[in-house]
Amino acid sequence: MMDGIKKHFIPLTLLLLGLVVSAVLPSTGLVNDYLQFVLISVAINAILCVSLNLVNGWMGEFSVGHAGFMALGAYASAILTVKLFPTAPTVLLFPAAVLIGGCAAGLAGIPVGILSFKTRGDYLAIITLAFLMIVKSGLENIPYTGGPRGMLGIPRLTTLAWAYFWCAVAFWVIRNLVYSKYGRGIAAIREDEIAAEAMGVNTRTAKLVAFVTSSFFAGVAGALFAHQLQFINPSSFDILKSTEILVMVYLGGVASLGGSLLGAGAVTILTQCLQPLGTWRMVVLPAILVVLMLYRPSGIMGYRDWAWLKPFFSPTPRSKKKKESNTTEGPQ
Amino acid sequence: MKYLAQQAINALQLGSIYALIALGYSMVYGVLTMINFAHGDVFMLGAFFCLLLVALVPVPFWLALIVVMAATALLGTLIERFAYRPLRKAPRVSAIITALGCGLVIQNTTLGISPYARPMPRLLENATYQLGGITITMLQIVIIGVSLGLMLALDFLIRKTSFGMAMRAIASDRAMVSLLGIPANEIIAITFAIGAALGGAAGLLYGMAYPVISASMGITVGWKAFVAAVIGGIGNMRGAVLGAFILGSVEVMTVAVLPSTYRDLISYSLLLLILVFKPHGLLGKPALHKA
Amino acid sequence: MSFTNPAPFALRSIPFAIVALAFGSLLATSCQPAKPSVKIGINAELTGEMPAVGASCKQAAELFAEQVNKDGGIMVGGSKLPIELSVIDNSCKADQSAAAAQRLISQNRVLVMVGPDASSCAIPAGELAESLGCLMISPWSTNPKTTQDTQTGKPKKNVFRACFTDRFESPVLAAFATKNLHAKTAAVLYDVTSEAPTSQSALFKEAFEKAGGKVVSMETYSTGDRDFAAQLTKIRESAPDIIYLPAPYNDTPLIAAQARQLGIKAPFLGSDAWSSPDIIKLDTGKNLEGSYFCNHYSTEAATPKAKQFIADYTARYGNAPDDVAALTYDAMVLASKSISSAGKVDRTAVRNAMAATRTFDGVTGHFVYPEGARDPEKSAVIMQIKDGTFHWVSTVEP
Repeated sequence: MMDGIKKHFIPLTLLLLGLVVSAVLPSTGLVNDYLQFVLISVAINAILCVSLNLVNGWMGEFSVGHAGFMALGAYASAILTVKLFPTAPTVLLFPAAVLIGGCAAGLAGIPVGILSFKTRGDYLAIITLAFLMIVKSGLENIPYTGGPRGMLGIPRLTTLAWAYFWCAVAFWVIRNLVYSKYGRGIAAIREDEIAAEAMGVNTRTAKLVAFVTSSFFAGVAGALFAHQLQFINPSSFDILKSTEILVMVYLGGVASLGGSLLGAGAVTILTQCLQPLGTWRMVVLPAILVVLMLYRPSGIMGYRDWAWLKPFFSPTPRSKKKKESNTTEGPQ
Repeated sequence: MKYLAQQAINALQLGSIYALIALGYSMVYGVLTMINFAHGDVFMLGAFFCLLLVALVPVPFWLALIVVMAATALLGTLIERFAYRPLRKAPRVSAIITALGCGLVIQNTTLGISPYARPMPRLLENATYQLGGITITMLQIVIIGVSLGLMLALDFLIRKTSFGMAMRAIASDRAMVSLLGIPANEIIAITFAIGAALGGAAGLLYGMAYPVISASMGITVGWKAFVAAVIGGIGNMRGAVLGAFILGSVEVMTVAVLPSTYRDLISYSLLLLILVFKPHGLLGKPALHKA
Repeated sequence: MSFTNPAPFALRSIPFAIVALAFGSLLATSCQPAKPSVKIGINAELTGEMPAVGASCKQAAELFAEQVNKDGGIMVGGSKLPIELSVIDNSCKADQSAAAAQRLISQNRVLVMVGPDASSCAIPAGELAESLGCLMISPWSTNPKTTQDTQTGKPKKNVFRACFTDRFESPVLAAFATKNLHAKTAAVLYDVTSEAPTSQSALFKEAFEKAGGKVVSMETYSTGDRDFAAQLTKIRESAPDIIYLPAPYNDTPLIAAQARQLGIKAPFLGSDAWSSPDIIKLDTGKNLEGSYFCNHYSTEAATPKAKQFIADYTARYGNAPDDVAALTYDAMVLASKSISSAGKVDRTAVRNAMAATRTFDGVTGHFVYPEGARDPEKSAVIMQIKDGTFHWVSTVEP
């Protein structure tokens, strides 16, 4: 454990510093409520983006149902904070609610993962679409959660610090997953599933791990989203939301952590900035995406990452100056 | 009994419109194995083109149909030429995302130009006929008739003409087809054109059936028709028609019996069920492609 | 470009630079030097399901701001400050409405927020206004939940409205149906995914049955549906005397056309959601001829104050104002009065001044705000669609 902390000393301190900054920033008055709102949205979208990137980018599938997992996480956490424990102390309640939201979504990821064993490509896309619509439609028919008109009165528990925290956790976990044995298996499935199977990769486990992790974090993002907007209804989680997340993933870059952050940040901030354009804003953004796809089909940072994110290979104690960066990516 | 028969007529009308759109999806998938997500918005533009046309030059129904089909065919060809053809060699996913992007651009441009819902001009005198307690309108007869006519024409085109044979050949093995001297690019362009034309016709008929049109009608109906195409087996023409009528009937019957919020739940659960047991749709065949 | 030969650093950092610049611009706009002015935010449905409503709201607000600014502005604590309007579109979607409210209150730092109009948007915006402590006046939202705290059921502190609620409107319509239209049975077709029609239908059913009638059929549909044949066939089977249709102005002509096609002859009864003149433009088949609905004001039964407003609005925009425009104008007057009597540019003071308002005479009639209430008691009008326009039928006092 000490070895682990020593090895990751720099990234850990940087992340902790970020956490401290995000906790203190709101009270300094440098960023007003609206900017905090934008930053929190960026964090939530970054979590959605990186989790979808795990399935769509690193594993090479085409999942359209991400908003469905987000919905499950949002509703599960909202039920906890609004209906079941409205008076519990929020310091404990909120992380518990977010975790439970994530777990609910993660559990739903299991059947989708299982369905992906046999189907690939377009049919998996359609299955995820069906899943999304079933979740949305199912939520519309449950009066306990407000039915089609949604749930009101969710307490405003998502602060910049919490959003940053969960975003950091998501990136940490997925970064470690992707550069681990499982991650290599996942990338192998993307390249050639049959060959991977032949080389001994347990494709079923890899797929399950990918789907469950992806949906867990989508659920976490959903929980944060619900407690930021204070109001959720099933139509916030429809195919348009899934499309938004897809746009972020493919704009920023597939199979890339930095790309996920970039895509989420770019789309969220540009959407807010281009407000004066009104509806034409939604013409400009997809047009940029189309042009980008024509010239750079894998997105701005597709299949690439910053060197400091990649692991060092050092069976012997590493020398102070050199950092090995290895290349673990797909086609150019 | 009468009540069920009435609902059956409603289902037939809805199914016919879905079928025309679903055919567009299946045709494009057949030749390019690509899901053309912009198709729903081409359908929406069919209705808007009709609006534009009639505002400029009052024309009778059949002429409007022909002009709208030609206009959407042109649009489909342009989209294919500039957005999809450059991506033939790229990973399939990029093409799908481009399609999504194109669809969004079309939809929001139309929304930007016409944010208000518009009334569709009346092109047909809407007579109602009573057949033993069941009401059928002239409009319903026209919609079902035109759709069936177009479907039969398409079926004839695919099965009995050499162009149709070329299309089926491209669906089988695109690389080989060029080697045999068949102009693949042209055939694909014409396939897109025909698919888009059918979508445009569906848009016009839909606009006539539900005479208030808005730019966002492409998403809902487009996705439903896509689901219909998949149920029947995407890539298969007859499957698309079958899937569309099944979906139309399921939707109408669900609303007839349960509260309307169950409609999507039942339709998509049905889709999921069919896909779990028959992963390639009811009439689809597993495609032989490399993983 | 490949790994061993990546693009130059300058090129690679372009996307990041763009994002950083965009964020910087957002940061910059929030640090504007404060020009002395009164900032009022308009949260309107400019695109989406009911753009005509948003357009009316925006136009009325702009008319008021122009009129006041021509005169120098609002008198606040001894000096006149001009009104600065910030208009943000909420696309008639709940989450965008909350985001718009957030932007208006935190970024644009408005003193008062006028809008949203649609109840499905007003309710989430109200939650935000409440938690951020900014006065909000909704011109047109009739759903009781807009001004009510969801947890406690008591009125919210910061959210008011300029119109009556469904609790007043639905019994008025039910009474009209039973007394004037002599209806004994009614069918209801409403959008179950939207707040306003759902509460209106539930309250109508309650009131209609209390008045001795019987609701024989309650059918639902979802926002965006176009095909109502299944539900209308069921309604046809139940053979009602009237059909209550609290649908917005762009869905109603569609439903009416399909109903008439199926051979349903019963007259339609609508809520205030019908009030946009666009409803007649969209009703190409004249299926709504002879139908009645409830509204907030009528150009025919207008007071002198209202006549002045109608003349000004028509001169400025070329068409007569509908009820959304009139209510927005009243909301703006209420807001400016509260700001004046507060005497300073402070949100709490303005809110307290609004809460202290007891009576008000506006374009849409006489308002009475009882102590502690956020919803005014006002009169309603029943209108009929006849010969292609709205005709006033009667006024009902609270």
